[in-house]
Amino acid sequence: MFGKLTLESIPYHEPIIMVVAAFMAIGGIALFGLITYYRKWGWLWNEWFTSVDHKKLGIMYFIVALVMLLRGFSDAIMMRTQLAMAAGDAAGYLPPHHYDQIFTAHGVIMIFFVAMPMVIGLMNLVVPLQIGARDVAFPFLNNLSFWLFAVSAILVNISLVVGEFAATGWLAYAPLSGIEFSPGVGVDYWIWALQISGIGTTLTGINFFVTIIKMRTKGMTMFRMPIFTWTSLCANVLIIASFPILTATIALLTLDRYLGMHFFTNDFGGNMMMYVNLIWAWGHPEVYILILPAFGVFSEVIATFARKRLFGYATMVWATISITLLSFVVWLHHFFTMGAGANVNAFFGIMTMIIAIPTGVKVFNWLFTMFRGSLELTSPVLWTLGFIITFTLGGMTGVMLAVPAANFVLHNSLFVIAHFHNVIIGGVVFGMMAGLTYWFPKAFGFTLSEKWGKRSFWCWFIGFYVAFMPLYVLAFFGAVRRMQSYPNPEWQPWMILAWVGAVIIMLGIVCTIIQFWVSIRDRKQNADVTGDPWHGRTLEWSTSSPAPFYNFARLPEVGDIDSFWSQKQRSEEQLEEAPYTDIHMPRNTVAGPVISFFALVIGFALVWHIWWLAGVGAVGVFVSFMARVFNDDIDYYVPAAEVERIEREHQQRVEAQA
Amino acid sequence: MATDTLHHGAAAEPHEHHDASGTKLFGFWVYLMSDLVIFGSLFATYAVLMRGTAGGPTGADIFELPLILFGTFALLISSFTFGMGVLAMHANRVGQVKVWLVITFLLGLCFLGMEIYEFQHLIHEGFGPDRSGFLSAFFTLVGTHGLHVMFGMIWILVMLVQLSTKGLNDMTRPRILCLSLFWHFLDIVWICVFSFVYLMGVL
Amino acid sequence: MSASSTNAHGSVKSYVTGLVLSLILTIIPFAVVMSGAFSVLATVIVITVTAVLQILVQLVMFMHMSTKADEGWNMMSFVFTLTILVLVVGGSLWIMQHLHLNMMIG
Repeated sequence: MFGKLTLESIPYHEPIIMVVAAFMAIGGIALFGLITYYRKWGWLWNEWFTSVDHKKLGIMYFIVALVMLLRGFSDAIMMRTQLAMAAGDAAGYLPPHHYDQIFTAHGVIMIFFVAMPMVIGLMNLVVPLQIGARDVAFPFLNNLSFWLFAVSAILVNISLVVGEFAATGWLAYAPLSGIEFSPGVGVDYWIWALQISGIGTTLTGINFFVTIIKMRTKGMTMFRMPIFTWTSLCANVLIIASFPILTATIALLTLDRYLGMHFFTNDFGGNMMMYVNLIWAWGHPEVYILILPAFGVFSEVIATFARKRLFGYATMVWATISITLLSFVVWLHHFFTMGAGANVNAFFGIMTMIIAIPTGVKVFNWLFTMFRGSLELTSPVLWTLGFIITFTLGGMTGVMLAVPAANFVLHNSLFVIAHFHNVIIGGVVFGMMAGLTYWFPKAFGFTLSEKWGKRSFWCWFIGFYVAFMPLYVLAFFGAVRRMQSYPNPEWQPWMILAWVGAVIIMLGIVCTIIQFWVSIRDRKQNADVTGDPWHGRTLEWSTSSPAPFYNFARLPEVGDIDSFWSQKQRSEEQLEEAPYTDIHMPRNTVAGPVISFFALVIGFALVWHIWWLAGVGAVGVFVSFMARVFNDDIDYYVPAAEVERIEREHQQRVEAQA
Repeated sequence: MATDTLHHGAAAEPHEHHDASGTKLFGFWVYLMSDLVIFGSLFATYAVLMRGTAGGPTGADIFELPLILFGTFALLISSFTFGMGVLAMHANRVGQVKVWLVITFLLGLCFLGMEIYEFQHLIHEGFGPDRSGFLSAFFTLVGTHGLHVMFGMIWILVMLVQLSTKGLNDMTRPRILCLSLFWHFLDIVWICVFSFVYLMGVL
Repeated sequence: MSASSTNAHGSVKSYVTGLVLSLILTIIPFAVVMSGAFSVLATVIVITVTAVLQILVQLVMFMHMSTKADEGWNMMSFVFTLTILVLVVGGSLWIMQHLHLNMMIG
């Protein structure tokens, strides 16, 4: 009846998990109770969950991502604590099997459920506003993508309490992840969580690609698009071209595990190295899916706060495009040691070094933008400066890893860990924090506290170096990754130092939480009435904060790069105030959450081999999708009078402040 | 265009809908590109695992070309019949569209029947997908295409229902066009399958 | 608008031409393989050439892919995807072939 699921599947005997589960339960019940007490369920459902408004979806992506950041960071601090303890004969407090699940969960959560939703959330919030559009090309799919992502985050969290998570490392290399060596449900949770969220991501990629290609406002040619839009465009191209590889690879692993096929098995003609090859053919472009939009954020922040046009706009665009192409010819550098031979390794090593060139071009562009600008040291700028230093360092260790001969020594050591945290924290995390601070007023109508933002930055910045520089050192002593304990007690001081770094980073996260609290408390003082708090250059600052649901009352017209800036410089009076017109908007839809709920049912049922329940889920998906297909009432018109009322209110607020 | 801006209310609406249909079609095209990458990954896997017969049969032992030729003809002709359906749609002949869709559906059924017969026959002989890496890759590649054909056929049924209840309008037209792209796309994948899997497999 | 769109959607004639071409391009490789008249190399070349031609027939005659549709984005996205496929599929085969030679895996 319930497949492999029994009461024993719940790990009562593991006190750590039970305590965490209890906290999650208490938190969940408290949240549930509060929402019920304030009678907010209807509001949540109607205004948020079923919303097709890209700005609200962007905010929801960020909320889920921040919650998952707490979970992923708990994993991190648990690992660092374990390693600070487990020197010599000491065993630490985490048994090996649990430790393996923790480093797997940490990687999976941080990449798929923190970094990806932050990047996609930011694209949602900003891209349609930057190109002067009223929504994305496919608003319903946008909602569906979010919910597919959200339910897979739920599936990952279910694995904490019901059953176990994969203990294979974040990419679940075969044959370790095959049924022979991982007979439990951990890998199955990994499979279905990634498969469901991966489909959502692919849909997002298609959606935003079409949006940027087809829905730019009048006059915005490709080479007038803001850099963040450009980098998002390239990230979406990468999503469209690479996520299907992930989908196919995971599907093949699924067939191995569920139907006894032999794609990646040791015997019967399987080829486990093909798994490594395929997963990295997706995995390397994935790295650029995360970092390109962060590059875009830094470009916007630097240009805005240096009060200068971005240095070398065209080179920036071409650098982005060449990174997009080159990211598909470097994937083998993740497995130089596989044994494909000197010619293959040499080719991929050289391509990897070549991809550092456009990245270097970008760094110089940012530096020259600051040069002789009047740079204002706000917290987004601090994140950007921290990024330039940290990312350059991480990039250099990356080039070291790209030398095949050196790679044979460094492979699988803590050097690799230090390197990719160097670029992911220094690049993606700093970028997302900068973007969050920069665009927060556009989403909520008030700015974030600068004081706590700067404190958060310094904690992250210092914490990063204290936590990860010791790992470079340890790597040269011979420390490998994914070890639960180590025999050499001389490593311990460095491990403790790394733990201290992790605690400093934790303080940074605490500062961010306090920052939210303080900023929400002082939202009246920090209100952004004009909609342009930073004297921005791009179109998103030309509408009110928060932007009205239709984004622009009149679609803007663009004649230049940074058109909004030059318009302000000319202090152009709106000569002819064209009358407002009716605005065509998509309706909210219940189909997204409902379809995704059934997808969650399918995922859970397949993890536990509950076949009838999987059937129920499949029928549910089909029926709810058909209900959507047969529904013709999916859009409406906002009357011109309503638009006029909203716009007049905004005008009055601006005048009242002036 | 210039006159459009003057008479806003009446003229803008159909224009907007035309745009929406173009966007849908382009979006679907981009989806097909991502689907193409899935098939590309499966082809690569097949090519790598082709040697992994593990003492079991090779392609030359199990492929029956006359059967494949029959299925190929069914699918190629169905591509043509769908094209005729699209022409009928542009001529606003709902009845004809439905007839062409039914013919396309039946041809798809022939193809699927051929494939199910082939699979069932192989499994019966003990050459199922769990026999060797080569057979896993073969069944998965060809089966994924077959699954796509099945989805296409379900979609045809849905469109037949929608044509009967709603007729041709701004909702159904772009859907028929997307479906036609999907159907032709499956033909392209099949051309690769019969050329590189079956024909080269028996050499 | 309507005049240009009928053109873009093809005509009975173009569909019939497409059908005839694709049938011929199917029969040729099947005949070559089933008769076994040519060397392996020649057969592989025939199969590949007819396959590529037939794909072009489908793309142009049935799917109406052109440099004009969607301001060329339609065509460009196809060419881009094809490039990526060549890189990833070709690269994978190259890597795995060398692995096979060096390590006798697979």
